[in-house]
Amino acid sequence: MENSKKELLVDGKRLDGRALDQLRPIQMKLDVVSQADGSAEVRFGNTIAIASVYGPRALYPRFLQESETGILRCRYNMAPFSVEDRKSPGPDRRSIELSKVIRLALKPAIFLEEFPKATIDVFIEIIQGDGSTRVSGINAASLALASAGVPMRALVTGCSVGKIDGSLVVDLTGEEDMNSESDVAVAMIPDKNEITLLQADGELTKEELLKVLNYARENCLKINEIQKKVLRDKYKTVESE
Amino acid sequence: MVEVKRLIVLPGDFIKERKGEKLGKNVYVEGSNVFSRVIGILKLSENEIEVYPLSGKYMPMVGDKVVGIVKEVEVSGWLIDINSPYPAFLPLSEGVESFIDSRSDLSKFFGTNDIIFCKISRVTKNKIVQVSMRDFLARKLYSGIIIKVSPSKIPRIIGKAGSMINLIKNKTNCDIYTGQNGVIWIRGDEKAKAIEAILTIEKESHITGLTEKIEKLLSG
Amino acid sequence: MEGKYALELLERGKRIDERAFDEFRQIEILKGVIQKAEGSARVKLGKTEVIAGVKIGIGTPFEDTPDEGILVVNTEFTPLASPDFESGPPGENAVELARIVDRAIRESKCIDLKKLVIVPGEKVLSVFIDIHIINHEGNLIDAAALASIAALTNTRVPKVEDEKTILRGQYEKDLPLLYKPITVSVCKVGKNLLLDPNLNEEDVLDSKLTIGIRDDDKICALQKQGKAFKFEEVEKMLDLAIEKSKILRSLL
Repeated sequence: MENSKKELLVDGKRLDGRALDQLRPIQMKLDVVSQADGSAEVRFGNTIAIASVYGPRALYPRFLQESETGILRCRYNMAPFSVEDRKSPGPDRRSIELSKVIRLALKPAIFLEEFPKATIDVFIEIIQGDGSTRVSGINAASLALASAGVPMRALVTGCSVGKIDGSLVVDLTGEEDMNSESDVAVAMIPDKNEITLLQADGELTKEELLKVLNYARENCLKINEIQKKVLRDKYKTVESE
Repeated sequence: MVEVKRLIVLPGDFIKERKGEKLGKNVYVEGSNVFSRVIGILKLSENEIEVYPLSGKYMPMVGDKVVGIVKEVEVSGWLIDINSPYPAFLPLSEGVESFIDSRSDLSKFFGTNDIIFCKISRVTKNKIVQVSMRDFLARKLYSGIIIKVSPSKIPRIIGKAGSMINLIKNKTNCDIYTGQNGVIWIRGDEKAKAIEAILTIEKESHITGLTEKIEKLLSG
Repeated sequence: MEGKYALELLERGKRIDERAFDEFRQIEILKGVIQKAEGSARVKLGKTEVIAGVKIGIGTPFEDTPDEGILVVNTEFTPLASPDFESGPPGENAVELARIVDRAIRESKCIDLKKLVIVPGEKVLSVFIDIHIINHEGNLIDAAALASIAALTNTRVPKVEDEKTILRGQYEKDLPLLYKPITVSVCKVGKNLLLDPNLNEEDVLDSKLTIGIRDDDKICALQKQGKAFKFEEVEKMLDLAIEKSKILRSLL
């Protein structure tokens, strides 16, 4: 992760002009995949994630079924053109790992026991990658699930935090991620103050880690508000016609 | 208690502290706090808290009347597609009145792709679903076409005491059977108008002034 | 079912094998067990057994790091180790484990990759750490990480002839290691935190936070698994892991 030849902070501002604790411009859109039961597109700066949800639906082959509860399946994938050096199509080890952690990030929020023997399938495609892709994917998936009418305890929200050039920052770009002293991905259920995804690498003291987690919590709350607004607006705009 | 209409709630939204009310659909409780589970419209009355979902799949409930499509003719009954993650089974005894010789070909009663209006008679904990034709309204539906809408919009399509669906039936002279599972069967010359009306309601179900808009559409 | 038995005991503050909640099982570390490897270690955590072998080869450096050697961590959930492991390409758990161990090693900078260059920009040494699960009786991640580090402390860099051929069996130096990162997976069951779950305990865990810790107590890797936990619980987990990592490190 560390390649401190590259200076990421100039005069206390980041390369894209942001302050240390500033999120990139965020855009969220619903219903981008008409065939899906629910879908959303989320942009954090140049990172674009699209998520679609199918389900609950019947699960075959039968041996995959759980008789007492539904299951959640998740696939995270990066499009070959999404990054600078073309990424070979198909799952690589990173996508396999991220598919798993994202599934576990969403699962605690969903009432799976309402759907025995069925499955809820979540697909996340990163069509442009510039850091924080897994949390953008989680934010999109959360919107898609709510939009599909899947019963949930609450929305799941994610953001990245980390340390660059000795300072703690929020929402890392691809460049910052690659050159950071540490980068941390967090997803939580803000309404319940629960962490559902936590991954970190780099070098942080325990105190720095706790500080950066608080940063993450504050920003997840902000992002969560945007998610809620987007969902409410879907029905509000039609109301004012 | 004031009935709060048209308040849109999101999953995780806190509704109120439970004071002995009955919990209707799409809410959940943590401690004594009641929350919404889905995006929907909150309905609060003196003794019930419920959220009407604005989307979601059909989950079969005993007593629901649904429009189903026969998928397979089996030995002791028929497998029915009820537009749900869960298939339904129509047992021989629930489908036909008279005694049937088990060697006879059941497809002469209901064949593949036949459309039926039936009742959900059983739903086990593991979502094994049984339907029955033993109901005054149950019948096989001949000719006509099927449209599928979001099941959560069906109450609005039916309207208070059937007012909306009757309006459509009368103005278009169509036979219409509305399944709680979101499947609607329509037969008649002016079915295109009926379909347009139904799809408009589906799209704008949560806004006020809809009835007037539909009346205008049907008169045009 | 023994799994449920574990839960009942845990709720009463006891473990099946009568350990304390923060106690690891008997740990056995044997180094240099594989002759043909440049470094190796066989580690037992109770009955869980893992062999890590280090092989060094010659490779081409990555374009963006022309002055650094290469590190690759791979893991094999061999079918002989558990009725739940199948032959074939690594499943998500195997992939995840390899990547966690990789991060703990790479992010801690314990191997100075800059010291593994033969011809800058053209030829570097590649360090392959292959983790073979021999018996799965719980807590594979900590066992695998411990085995990997133990193997690295045992690794010698072979001589390279004419900048292109590895002379197997002839060694130039010990692999320079700056740190010895340790992973401690802190598990949550109900309100309790426990360490080193055996197989039965793993079945009833609510969640697990694997923490990679360096000699100077810096946290170099984190991976959460399982269900959610509260924000406030993280600090206690970190403290427990940091404390325990020192004990584990002393065994190397």
